[in-house]
Amino acid sequence: MSANILEVSGLKTYYKTRLKEKVFAVDGVDFDLEEGKTLGIAGESGCGKSTLALSLMGFYFPPLHYGSGSIRIHGNDIMKLSKEQLRSKVSGREIAYIPQAAMNALNPTLRIIRFIEDIMKEHRPELSKKQVWELASERFKTLNLPEKVLRSYPNELSGGMKQRTVIAISTILNPKVLIADEPTSALDVTSQKAVIKLLKDLLNKKYIRSLVFITHELPLLYHVTDDIMVMYAGEIVERGTAEQMIFDPVHPYTKKLMGSILVPEEGMKGQKLAAIPGAPPNLKQVPPGCRFAERCSYARDECKVGKVPVQTNGGNMYRCHFDTDTLKEWYANEQS
Amino acid sequence: MSNRDLLIRGQDLTKVFGYGNQKTTAVDAVNFNFHKGEIISIVGESGSGKTTLAKMIMGLLKESGGSIEYKGQPRSLKSHADRKRYWKDIQAIFQDPFSSFNLFYRVEKLLMDCIKLQGLKLSKEEQQRKMREACSFVNLKFEELHNKYPFELSGGQMQRLMIARIFMLHPKVLIADEPTSMVDACSRSTILDMLLKLRDENGMTIIFITHDVGLAYYVSDTIYIMEKGKIVESGPAEDIILNPQHKYTQQLISDVPKIHSAWDLGS
Repeated sequence: MSANILEVSGLKTYYKTRLKEKVFAVDGVDFDLEEGKTLGIAGESGCGKSTLALSLMGFYFPPLHYGSGSIRIHGNDIMKLSKEQLRSKVSGREIAYIPQAAMNALNPTLRIIRFIEDIMKEHRPELSKKQVWELASERFKTLNLPEKVLRSYPNELSGGMKQRTVIAISTILNPKVLIADEPTSALDVTSQKAVIKLLKDLLNKKYIRSLVFITHELPLLYHVTDDIMVMYAGEIVERGTAEQMIFDPVHPYTKKLMGSILVPEEGMKGQKLAAIPGAPPNLKQVPPGCRFAERCSYARDECKVGKVPVQTNGGNMYRCHFDTDTLKEWYANEQS
Repeated sequence: MSNRDLLIRGQDLTKVFGYGNQKTTAVDAVNFNFHKGEIISIVGESGSGKTTLAKMIMGLLKESGGSIEYKGQPRSLKSHADRKRYWKDIQAIFQDPFSSFNLFYRVEKLLMDCIKLQGLKLSKEEQQRKMREACSFVNLKFEELHNKYPFELSGGQMQRLMIARIFMLHPKVLIADEPTSMVDACSRSTILDMLLKLRDENGMTIIFITHDVGLAYYVSDTIYIMEKGKIVESGPAEDIILNPQHKYTQQLISDVPKIHSAWDLGS
């Protein structure tokens, strides 16, 4: 058995439009995730972050379709399983997914405990209602969530509490991997911190083994995840450790992205924020060559044709025509 | 920028919702002085009354107590003409770009309304030129957009269109209620740059309502911290962020993840 809990290779998924066009939102993504590690995915809106998260679950609902590639959890390819097997064996147990704005998905007419009973009816039918209650209240207690939440209706909870409840419900079966898609983007800083604490708690107490965290808030990723992966136009453009990605990025896109960080620290004021001109390319007509070339200030003619090589910088990978030293030299020149 | 020109002054401003047991004081005896050309941030967590305060300044909600003075005169919004005059001077950008446009109006009509509100009589060409100018200010192409409906645009485009409106109206005061919370970090820097440019060109007063302390620090001259309807601390941005006095402010700042120092998650 490999040490990698999640291995994704050559994953391609696409949306089919009414005109039968295929729009590849995830276009040949490869990555792996070691057990016990956390991975952050960053990028602009419309770069395929959420589609990747959805694809990892193995469920495809039109207009999203599966193209090619494999998703292995502990070496087992989940794309080879039938829908029925996926639903009963994989989702919730192996891999759990918290979609964006998940807290708005709670049915307002049901008490929180009903959602947990619903999950247990499917996955552990041998438990009685009383046992489910005990299990749920035990879990909530260890996660520092008040037990009375279980008896509440969703509209009685605040936004931050709702989000934490959703996370607690979706991890009740101890999934190996949790995929959290922008779990904090609608919350204020105080609730955001509480949600992050909960996720860390889940990891520390080994209820979940690994975490994939999607957000565009880079300072958050720096504190939560071990590795950061940056997506652009359906591809991964750079992957490295959080430390390296924030302070020493190699790819021009990552560099620009890191320049847009806003934090309340000395020296921040008066600094010019980097803004990237233009918008990500239309995925219906992907430009040949480097997908970022249109907006890249370092782009040369050769960037716009041919396949972009994947290069390495230490243990990290990035996708660019130029080697690390050339890029670093350009960055240094620009600063002086 | 002069700190002398007082533009808006609020005194003991209070808003109470509900009656009897249900009574909630959303804004509790708030005092403030906003000057011309100043950028002010009102920072607080959800439910601290920021938006209610903004709506009262906008004149969308009636205050339950206290008064607002505009240009040294008590503000009057009794007649339609009064309100129209006031709204020529004061404009807003809201949090959710998807719900701040009329879905049945094309972009062209939306920008046309700005010209009408100002009461300008312009020829067709001049109108076109003005609209094109406003769109190019926010990096949008008028030719591509004018025939579209708001739902055909992306969130970032909509928010920029909102700023194009502000550019055409050049109001004296702009209230920006969480203008960047629904857009990603890249569009955020673009939008902030545009707002700062507007301030520099037109001497506009901007009131930011936000829970993002980093953003408040970056853009504003003065920060007001709100907790449960009360302003607990106010002053120049540097003092508040780098040397916070009130416990709530300290907690708010420590809750923000930073990149050059550790983030205390506690246990």
